[in-house]
Amino acid sequence: MTAVPTLSPAASTTTRPMVRAEQVRKSYGPLEVLQGIDLEIATGEVVCLIGPSGSGKSTFLRCVNHLETIDAGRLWVGDEIVGYRQRGTKLHELSDREVCRRRTDIGMVFQHFNLFPHMTVLQNLMLAPVTVLKEDKEVVRARALALLERVGLAAKADAYPRSLSGGQQQRVAIARALTMQPKLMLFDEPTSALDPELVGDVLAVMKDLAQSGMTMLVVTHEIGFARDVADRVAFFDGGRIVECGPAAQVVTDPRHERTREFLAAVR
Amino acid sequence: MSTLAEPLDVADVATQFTVVRRRHTGRWLAAVVVAVLGVVVAQNVLSNSRFGWDVVGQYISDASIIRGLGTTLFLTVVCMAIGTALAVLLAVMRLSSNPVVNGAAFVYVSFFRGTPVLVQLLFWFNLAALYPVISFGIPGVHLDANTLITPMLAAIMGLALNEAAYMSEIVRAGILSVEWGQSDAASALGLTKGQTMRRIVLPQAMRVIVPPTGNETIGMLKTTALVSVIAVPELLFSSQVIYARNYETIPLLIVASLWYLAVTAVLGVGQYYIERHFARGNRNLPPTPIQRLRTFARAITTRSTR
Ligand SMILES: Nc1ncnc2c1ncn2[C@@H]1O[C@H](COP(=O)(O)OP(=O)(O)OP(=O)(O)O)[C@@H](O)[C@H]1O
Ligand SMILES: [Mg+2]
Repeated sequence: MTAVPTLSPAASTTTRPMVRAEQVRKSYGPLEVLQGIDLEIATGEVVCLIGPSGSGKSTFLRCVNHLETIDAGRLWVGDEIVGYRQRGTKLHELSDREVCRRRTDIGMVFQHFNLFPHMTVLQNLMLAPVTVLKEDKEVVRARALALLERVGLAAKADAYPRSLSGGQQQRVAIARALTMQPKLMLFDEPTSALDPELVGDVLAVMKDLAQSGMTMLVVTHEIGFARDVADRVAFFDGGRIVECGPAAQVVTDPRHERTREFLAAVR
Repeated sequence: MSTLAEPLDVADVATQFTVVRRRHTGRWLAAVVVAVLGVVVAQNVLSNSRFGWDVVGQYISDASIIRGLGTTLFLTVVCMAIGTALAVLLAVMRLSSNPVVNGAAFVYVSFFRGTPVLVQLLFWFNLAALYPVISFGIPGVHLDANTLITPMLAAIMGLALNEAAYMSEIVRAGILSVEWGQSDAASALGLTKGQTMRRIVLPQAMRVIVPPTGNETIGMLKTTALVSVIAVPELLFSSQVIYARNYETIPLLIVASLWYLAVTAVLGVGQYYIERHFARGNRNLPPTPIQRLRTFARAITTRSTR
């Protein structure tokens, strides 16, 4: 059974952060993958999550849009507790449909792109706004084409994903998430599956997005990107955030020995 | 020595030398042997008067044979349609994490795969012996099983329910062949489980589902012959009725076989194009035979005009 999160009275004061995690815990069987994560992400902020393999970065990201449920702790996105609806002093667990509805505010980009191979690029972009948000087709089409233009792939609207390079596919995946006009974007190692010469194009798109004011939570091994684009960097190790602070400081002058070792190893 | 080590310029090679193609002697030899055997068999079959080719010709388009063929096609289409729809339901149930739902589907599949379809057909046909009156638990509403379960209904139930068991395993394999990342991406975009299944998973699963479904359809076409035992007038039964009258057993069995062969061939072509449809989005689809023929024709005409 999922532990029901309690309400914090502080939650109702001041401006709400876009994401707030308090002591978030998550286990797979006997393995506790998240061992009490505390993290706040303000609206418009870009936060990079770095850390060794298996430290729980992807799991945390998946908890934020409820692809995984948390076992304990509290997790807010915007005004709402992930997975629950507040009615007075009671928290009601959301139905599947409501969970889906909430996800429409959160875009997610995966390591392996996960484009739908049986649909053209344009169909990939238009699917969710039309079927989930029930938006007008022509309105969505115009928005999708504009987004393809923005990621430099206007010419590929009618191509099938498998005919594109990895870098192009990932840019389409970003455009697909943006077509939903999300308030928050999650990236899970968006450049890890790419050939080195294709990484730059994808990072450029992400940088452009960050500068446009999008709130972003990015799991990445691109330390240079974290330093230059992120506002803050959080270092994960063994299911905990060992260190979190301004990007330049964490990357160039880490306080913790573990962070220093990790950064030395990935450079 | 030094000239040998120099790399050959390909363009140069083409202008300097005449290219001698490989001869493929073995391939030619095999082709000749097969052709000779074919001629011998054809000669034998056509000249043996007991095959009764004239009788075959006389009955091939006989009205009752054509009606039988119609029934066979009807049974094939209806049973495949019901079987496939039920199979999708069973496959989704099998993949459910609810043990009761999952278990029910498992028991269904085990039961219908574990007993011969001929036995199942006879069971449905004789259902009236088991439940002479079919009531719905509502007083006053009941049906006489003997009039309700016609041979045709027994045939449809027997074949479709059995087919669902086999098809469900094919559908399940298809669903499992689609990467998890696809469902993740669909969920992240806010699609519900049902939408994800319909729009994302099943269309991709089709690539795995269609080829064995083609085989199942062809198998079903032939399995419909079994329902002749419960006197449904399909293709085989219609032939049997005729040869019971005129004793031309072999010619009428040939008539039935030719029709089965013809329909199977048509189904094969249909399957080819359906497979191509669901393979869209893949690189390098090979051209269809018709496209190849066109290219060939174009090549010949351009060559002859030159
Ligand atoms: N569905 C699952 N079932 C069981 N264990 C899981 C599952 N998903 C993740 N894990 C385990 O949880 C741990 C954390 O995984 P996670 O994917 O969050 O790590 P990560 O920090 O993203 O690592 P990487 O950099 O390799 O992507 C790993 O040990 C992993 O094996
Ligand atoms: Mg990961």
